Amino acid sequence: MASRTGTHSPAGICKSLPERGLLLLMVLVFLEGSVLPLGAASSPDVTHQANSDNHIVKEAGHNFTKKPFPVLSLDYHHIQAPFEISLWVLLASLMKLGFHLIPRLSGIVPESCLLIVVGLLVGGLIKLAGEQVPPVLDSRLFFLCLLPPIILDAGYFLPIRPFMENLGTILMFAVVGTLWNAFFVGGLLYAVCQIQPGNPSILHQLELLPCLLFGSIISAVDPVAVLAVFEEIHINELLHILVFGESLLNDAVTVVLYHLFEEYAGVGSVTVMDVFLGIISFLVVAVGGVLVGAIYGILAAFTSRFTSHTRVIEPLFVFVYSYMAYLSAEMFHLSGIMSLIACGAVMRPYVEANISHKSHTTIKYFLKMWSSVSETLIFIFLGVATVEGPHNWNWTFVTVTVILCLVARVIGVVGLTYVINKFRIVKLTTKDQFIVAYGGLRGAIAFSLGFLLNKDHFPLRDMFLTAIITVIFFTVFVQGMTIKPLVELLAVKKKQEAKRSINEEIHTQFLDHLLTGIEDICGHYGHHHWKDKLNRFNKKYVKKCLIAGERSKEPQLIAFYHKMEMKQAIELVESGGGVKLPSAMPSAVSMQNIQPKKLPPAKPAERALSNLPKGREEEIRKILRSNLQRTRQRLRSYNRHTLLADPYEDGLGDLLIKKQKMIELERKIKDMNNYLTVPAAPPDSPTMCRARLASGKDTDFKPAQQQKGNTICPDPQAYSMKPEPDSVPTIQVDLASPQSPDSVNLMDEFRRAEQQHEEDQGLMMKPPSGESGPKKPGEEDGSREHKLMRCLSDPGPSADEDEDEPFLP
Amino acid sequence: MGASQTRSEHKYQDLADKTGFSLEQITNLHKRFQQLSGNEDTLSRQNLDNIPALANNPIRNQIIEAFFDKRNQHQDEVGSFNEIGFEQFLMVMSHFRPPTLKTTEEEKEALRKEKLRFLFNMHDTDNDGTITLVEYRKVVEELLSKSGAIEQETAKAIADAAMLEVASTNVPDMAPDDFYEGITFEHFEQILKGLEMESRMHIRFLDVDTTTMRCGKSTS
Repeated sequence: MASRTGTHSPAGICKSLPERGLLLLMVLVFLEGSVLPLGAASSPDVTHQANSDNHIVKEAGHNFTKKPFPVLSLDYHHIQAPFEISLWVLLASLMKLGFHLIPRLSGIVPESCLLIVVGLLVGGLIKLAGEQVPPVLDSRLFFLCLLPPIILDAGYFLPIRPFMENLGTILMFAVVGTLWNAFFVGGLLYAVCQIQPGNPSILHQLELLPCLLFGSIISAVDPVAVLAVFEEIHINELLHILVFGESLLNDAVTVVLYHLFEEYAGVGSVTVMDVFLGIISFLVVAVGGVLVGAIYGILAAFTSRFTSHTRVIEPLFVFVYSYMAYLSAEMFHLSGIMSLIACGAVMRPYVEANISHKSHTTIKYFLKMWSSVSETLIFIFLGVATVEGPHNWNWTFVTVTVILCLVARVIGVVGLTYVINKFRIVKLTTKDQFIVAYGGLRGAIAFSLGFLLNKDHFPLRDMFLTAIITVIFFTVFVQGMTIKPLVELLAVKKKQEAKRSINEEIHTQFLDHLLTGIEDICGHYGHHHWKDKLNRFNKKYVKKCLIAGERSKEPQLIAFYHKMEMKQAIELVESGGGVKLPSAMPSAVSMQNIQPKKLPPAKPAERALSNLPKGREEEIRKILRSNLQRTRQRLRSYNRHTLLADPYEDGLGDLLIKKQKMIELERKIKDMNNYLTVPAAPPDSPTMCRARLASGKDTDFKPAQQQKGNTICPDPQAYSMKPEPDSVPTIQVDLASPQSPDSVNLMDEFRRAEQQHEEDQGLMMKPPSGESGPKKPGEEDGSREHKLMRCLSDPGPSADEDEDEPFLP
Repeated sequence: MGASQTRSEHKYQDLADKTGFSLEQITNLHKRFQQLSGNEDTLSRQNLDNIPALANNPIRNQIIEAFFDKRNQHQDEVGSFNEIGFEQFLMVMSHFRPPTLKTTEEEKEALRKEKLRFLFNMHDTDNDGTITLVEYRKVVEELLSKSGAIEQETAKAIADAAMLEVASTNVPDMAPDDFYEGITFEHFEQILKGLEMESRMHIRFLDVDTTTMRCGKSTS
């Protein structure tokens, strides 16, 4: 052990020469074969390198001497790569953070521009420091690490409906438009290069094929750039999906053109046969990519069917399967982007039905986080690469490229729209065309493809790269910065920010069925008809295979309803236990307001709903629930492999509506009888009073309450008071102090609840009891059956509330 | 078909002006009409009921009813027909025409209103100008009726939530004793603002004659 310490200390001293330290460490490892496992455990990387470099070790082996054990030593190389990666990510995140701290700046300049500028600065600093600028935007890094998160994010959250509705247009722009752009730019560029007057320049060396290759690289609209800019201008859904969809789907064209031209650029000639093969290859690349993605998507959906016991790794399946899809597609030179998109879009509906809500949130956040970091890094790296890159500035080439790109885009969009509008029902207006043309931004994909070019085959690679960077900068800076004012100037329709309401959902579905029906009556099978067929097929077979449990049979509308309910519940809990009500349900309007006032005798049940304003009820229920969670968290010890089992996590909606109806029913009936005998809530508890008043305020049983004057707090304000925050936290405070941590068993507590009732003051604060307490006497004349009917027909919210109550201290 | 064709050209022009369909479209629709009605001049509910493709449509009854609703004929009449002629058939169909590139903003607005009115009428079965909670519940129930065993409670809860949403978006501060009668047309417009009906509620009417399809020979 003594010798070991000895070798370590030089490593600590030679701070300026980490290499030497490393060397000595290797010596140590070599000589101390017996302690190798120990060394390996502490520094696996070093051991690994040591094994590979035995001969150096032998040379250096002489100069180890016995020195004191190093208290502190430095070994930068050991951690260099991950450390630098982390530094970059940190830089990117800090930059992103910084921009949003300066509100005015982000209003004028798009983030992507700022990030490029940061990249330029960083690159410049590195260069000033005299260091070698690292080749940050390495193609492998870009295509294997940075791009997939962005595309997966886009694919997973792809708005499928508008995408499918406009698929024809998108494909037209993506395939024909990109082809046109590539050939137009490439061809004309070649022509321009040839007509160079008199003085011989390097441009004359340029062949047609490299030109076309360059054209195909430069013509593809870039999804990263488009996303970055379009997300800030909040343009309407149609235009967004047109431009964005194009940028995603043109990948197949780009891949094929790129490989085709790269292949033949060396040979120098292309035959008709090659063109034919190219077309076939395009189909294979596109369809193959989609197929690979779809297969992995279905696999992911199928896997997620069985994850109900291992919730923690659910999100991982989504990520890993998608990444595998991307890699598998790339392996065969298929379109990785299309495969990712297909994978995300296919798996999403099924996965979402299977996984827990928390997993869903996790997926969402991880995707957003990764994609935003990737995006930031890409733009920064673009800036750094600009500083670094070997540049070959050629005025003619660069200007002609920029101009041709613009012209090609405009002509392409206008020409294609002319054709497309003949088939579209909702025509694209001139404004739309302008935005589509103007939104054709180029980005880092083009740069990476250019970077991949082989210098031997393409002697003008540097010039290409310079031109590509210029075009990227031009589109991102000039177009990206001006598109926002232009959108406002032209008054292009913006995206509605409002979140989807249940009415809209109902009517979307209604409309679907209506249009299908009308098409059927008209007797021709159109778009809606086939969509309906597909939907039915999906419902009948696919969902059964891929979705576990009864959710597979759940119609979309109900799923939506549950989701919405869930969201509101979560909003409530997150907003601090009911400080504000969810916006969808302002407190003043309650269920009672929409119920028919005059009760038809056939429906006595309706009345029950008006006991509590619905928002109110929900609120209280959520508070109870959040408290419940807190109690349980304290009880369980931390376990890395399982999340806290949360009975409400998955089946919140089910719980609200379906489950445990029987138990509740029984209990409620018992409860009712109980209440009749139990004296009303103690009037001396001020919290109680307030809670009751606030919740009872909106009911139409007011007269009844007033009759029972003694239970009501003599505070006149209480009646006019809205059910506002102040009453709610009061409840919460009382409930949040758990004194009975053993109250986990739901069923047991259920039964005990009634006894506790009289003993425990805290329990009395449960709003329904508070409410029914004073109410009863007033309603004494009303028949008992009436009440029972109410319980039978309304197992909804209020009953659910009872369920939470036993957990309360 | 012979009888109608003699007066067809002139009559079609009339209809084209009225409904905005092109002559080809009218010819196509007329063929379909004849096919459905079994070469009669009028179409009954029974005829539409027999369309096999419609059998799986959860809102089949509402759709059929809409064809016989006098409110959809652009005349200020209420009630319903027992049988409709081709003109009425066409009138109903004209609600599903897409907007063209030339439609101005005002026209679009009118188109939207008209389409929404059609939807509204489908829900407002008793023609009292509001969609009441009972009517809305019925809509949701019908909508869910084809999706297997759905509990009534769920449908009801959804309708209630939807109604509550309408009430709270349109009349945000209601006194506790107020009663929200039902969705008026204005409120209906308001809640469906985001759906852009003018560009969504349409189907593709064929210009060329392809209606010789397998779909429903209706007369039995």
